[in-house]
This record gives sequence, C-alpha cells and structure tokens, in this order.
Amino acid sequence: MRALIAFVLLSMSPLMVWAAPVASGVQPVVIDVTDKAALRDGANTFVGYCMGCHGAQFQRYQTVADDLGIPYEQVLQTLAPAGASIADHMQTRLLPADARAWFGTEVPDLTLIARVRGTDWLYAYLQGFHADPARPWGVNNIVYPNVGMPNVLESLQGRQVLDCPEPAAQPCTRLRVIPGTGSLDARQFDDKVRNLVAFLAYSADPVQTKSRQIGLYVLLYLAVLILLAYLLKREYWKDVG
Amino acid sequence: MRGLLQWIEARLPVGRVWRNHLSQYYVPKNLNVFYIFGSLALLMLLNQLLTGIWLTMNYTPTAEGAFASIEYIMRDVEYGWLLRYLHSTGASAFFIVIYLHMFRSLLYGSYQKPRELVWVFGMSIYLLLMAEAFMGYLLPWGQMSYWGAQVIISLFGAIPIVGADLAQWIRGDYLVSGVTLNRFFALHVVALPLLIVALVVLHILALHEVGSNNPDGIDIKRLRDADGKPLDGIAFHPYYTVKDLLGVAVFLFVFSTVVFFFPQMGGYFLEPANFEPANVLKTPEHIAPVWYFTPFYAILRAVPDKLMGVCAMGLAIAIVFVLPWLDRSPVKSMRYKGGFSRAALALFCLAFVALGYLGMQPATTATIWAARVCMLLYFGYFLAMPLYTRREVTRPVPDRIPSR
Repeated sequence: MRALIAFVLLSMSPLMVWAAPVASGVQPVVIDVTDKAALRDGANTFVGYCMGCHGAQFQRYQTVADDLGIPYEQVLQTLAPAGASIADHMQTRLLPADARAWFGTEVPDLTLIARVRGTDWLYAYLQGFHADPARPWGVNNIVYPNVGMPNVLESLQGRQVLDCPEPAAQPCTRLRVIPGTGSLDARQFDDKVRNLVAFLAYSADPVQTKSRQIGLYVLLYLAVLILLAYLLKREYWKDVG
Repeated sequence: MRGLLQWIEARLPVGRVWRNHLSQYYVPKNLNVFYIFGSLALLMLLNQLLTGIWLTMNYTPTAEGAFASIEYIMRDVEYGWLLRYLHSTGASAFFIVIYLHMFRSLLYGSYQKPRELVWVFGMSIYLLLMAEAFMGYLLPWGQMSYWGAQVIISLFGAIPIVGADLAQWIRGDYLVSGVTLNRFFALHVVALPLLIVALVVLHILALHEVGSNNPDGIDIKRLRDADGKPLDGIAFHPYYTVKDLLGVAVFLFVFSTVVFFFPQMGGYFLEPANFEPANVLKTPEHIAPVWYFTPFYAILRAVPDKLMGVCAMGLAIAIVFVLPWLDRSPVKSMRYKGGFSRAALALFCLAFVALGYLGMQPATTATIWAARVCMLLYFGYFLAMPLYTRREVTRPVPDRIPSR
C-alpha cells in the first residue's frame, strides 16, 4: 500500500520539479492572488493605466466584481466605461488600426498574459523601464529590449535610468530612479506593481482560488475512500493464500 | 425480478458475460501494483470520453472562434474549467498510465506467446492515441497548437515524390488553417475515439481468451483443480475489483491534486505559449511537442537528414509492434531472465526517459549527440534482443506461484 502511493507519486515527481528557464534580469517574486484588497488595487491600476491600450477581452466586469467582492454599482462607476453593462468584457477602446499607426504593432490582449509570460517576468518587466533617448517613446526595457510600449507607470515610479559605468562590458541591468520625479516612493511603487501583477495573474485564471478550495474537499473525500477501499481489499484478500 | 432476469438471460447473455469476464474469470493471485495500469487506462479513456462530450457542447471548431470558446468554457460555462482541466490533465495522465502499462509488459514478458495479439492490439491503441492527442492539441488554437501541427504535418512533406501533396492533403490547405482545424475536430471527437474503443474491446477480448500473465510468468492454466479452476487463480470479481478500487482511489488522489492545484504542471501539461492565440505570422522561438511525444521528437532531430529522421521516428514505433517475435527467451518474466535482459531493459528505459528530456530542450550539438547515443540504445534493445535472450542463462521457472 505504502509502496503503491510512493510509486505513483514518484512516477509523477519529475514533472513537478523541472522549472522553466528564466530570462535575464527576471527574479522569482511572490504574488498572492488570494489577497482581495491587493487585487482590487491591481484592478484599479489596470483600468487606469493599462486599459487605454490593452484589453482583457475574456474577463467580465461581473466576474471581477464577484471574485474581488466589489458591489456592481461601484464597478460600473469606477472600473467600467460610462454606459457599460456589468456583463461586458473588459475591452479596450483602442482600435487595432490606431494601434498599428501609433505603436507600429498590434497591442496584445492581457487577459492571459500572466499564463504566457509568468508573474516573475511581468513584475520584472513593469519594473524594468529606463530612459533611452534612442527609442521612439524615450524608454527601453531591460527584460524586453526595444519594447514598443511607453513606460505608462512613469508618473508613479519616476524617471528611471541605467546605473552602470560607461562603457559597460555586459548589458546593463542595474537601474536607478531619479529622486523626486515620481509620486510614489520605491516601496509604494513596488506594492503597486505587485498588486497589478496579482490582478493579471488572477485574470489569467480567475477560478484558481476556488479550484484550490474545492480541491481540498475532493482530496479529503478521496483520502476517506482510500482508507475504506484499503479495509475492503484487506477483508476480501484474507482468504487468498 | 427473478422472472425478468430469466427473460433477459434467454434473449441476451448478460449473466454469461458476467461469469466469463468477471466472476468466473480466473486471474493469477500474485498480480502486483504494475497490473493496475490497465484498469487505470480504461478509467482515463472513460474520463476523456465523458469530459470530451461536454467540452464539445461548448467548443467552436473554427479558426475565428476556437480560442475564445476555450476561454468561454474556462470562465462562463458552469464548471467548464473543471471539465477542461480534467480533459487536459487526463491526456497527460493517460500517457503516463499507458507508458507504465507497457513497461509492465516489458518487465514480465506479457507480450510473449500466447499474448502476441494482445500486444499488437495494445500497440495499435497506443498509435491511435498519439494521433488522437496530436489532433486534440490543435483544437485550443494557441500558438503551440498551431506551430506544433505545422511542424508535424510538414514531416510528411519529406516523403519523396508524393510528400508535398500528401502534407497538403492532410492540411486541406497550403498551410494549417481553419480547414485543418475542422477536420482534426471531426477526427478527434468521432473517428478516432470510435476506433480506439473498438480496439480496446479487441484488446480485452484477446486478453481474456488467453488470460493474464503475472510477475512470475507462470502459466496458471496448466494446473487445475477437480472443477477445472486454476490452482493459482482467483476470480477477477471480487478479488481484483476491490483491489483495483483501491488503486483507482490512490490514482484519483494524485490525479485530483494535479487537476485542482497544478493544472499547468509547470508548463508540461499545458504549455505557456499555448495561452497566446495562434498567429500565422509569428513563429514561437522554441517549438516543442507535449512531453509524451518528445522521445520520438528527439529521435527525429538526432538524424541529420529530414527524410531519414522521419523514417527513424517511424521505425522507433514500428519496431515495438514486432517485440513478441524478437524475444526468444524460454522464460517470460525478468525474475527468471538473465543479466543481459535486465541490463538491456534498464538501459532502454534510461534511454527512453533521456530522449524524452532531450526532445524538450532546444537543439544544440550536445543534445543532438546525446540523443544519438540514446537512439542507439533504444534500437539496440530491440535489434540485439534475439541474440541476448537466446544465449543468456535463465533460471528455472517453478510450476506453482510461490506463496506470499
């Protein structure tokens, strides 16, 4: 019996420990998708700073309201555009043709971005903008070189610059914020980004918290079933020599 | 009630089937944990069929609607996420179970005479399962769905003369498109499941005709009691039904852990790139098939010539079919075979797992050469089998199954 459990677990374990390769400048970061206050702050940041260009076309306002514990009226007033229905998807008003004209590229939808890129990458990316006069928007990014997006959080973070002696032998990944150029201090901004990443992680898989709750009951049920099945098997097999 | 049963029995052999296949179907009493994977494969087949039916009710098989309909299932359909995770985790679990089921056969010689047909039917199911999984993987219409299908179908293009036309005939278009999606959907939900179920029936009928092998490879049918019941046999029902119930419960515990807590399984069951919709103009940096195909993908890449690579991959699967005729050993089980057979099986398993790992990695000189070494071990296991199984010294097999 014990051998059986150990065997089944061992046969699947290699799949659990192999981790995906990590891009340069990306560090592991802990994101809590069960913290509803953080998710609400992230939702506000998303609507205020991201949704001008990026949609979350598979996410409904209603789902956000239900999952994050925000009253519908409040969602309609603060998150949804005027005249929107609570059942609407969180779509951007930016037209694809305008996106191509202004940014020279398609603007990706962000509903599933956390499942594509991972939260570590998103966190590093949002923290990774720095001034670069050679780029059209005056900024570049250490984890996404030559990115087509401006640093939309610059008013919060302040102006960030590369902090390496010239000329650097290796690509520079050290960054420094010029003091007094942003409305938040480093810790506040870090929280802001963390909350935004948490909201994106939630949006990519809104059911994950519920799934874990249900999963706990399922495992509890199965543990009882295993015990009963074991006793039943032992009883029947008594007469097998 | 009794009258009704008799009325049915006179018209349909329900009771006879029950006796012949369950209550009076005698199975060796020493089957160990490796013998659970047949039942688990059946359970996974049932899981895929049932969740598949409900997914089909909400899925849109068009290039325009497929990706969005998956998200609709994940978000708006009541417990749609559970159906989808059961199905996607089920696909990987099915292959884990099948690989262990096959390993059991290699370990105890379950493919040997008189079970050659059982083996051939089983291998046919495995082949169909690969086709089923490959076509199912296109349906979410993500980046990896799209480009994986593009790469695999283009392999047919390596066949001389007819190759290009054949690949186009499979796609139904010049490149993978909505037309391909439609036909893969039809094959995935109707044609292949029908074939798989039919072959599973044949697999089980052929098995029940000759009876199960066992870890000692002893033929229990030779020694019977006065009633004709094998001395070392016990009825499948209730002994193995209750034992399998325990196995199923333990399996479901592990399976549910993945479904509810790690449905992506670190990117091995659901690949990150597949959460991005298919884009014809943007090739992903690194295209790798799902883990259960990677051993064969590594073999494909290990051969420098594309056509020869396709041939090597085909041969790697084809050679497994003729296994019953390669093993010339007088004994079935590894317990009585010699050191050569044991070492060969151990090396083969290591090579297969290593090939699986190498197939996931980007192709570099080191991984290609490692794959070539593993490929040599893989084919060597089969090609040298007639020699080492005939020459090596085996241990005598007892007449009766040793008592526990």
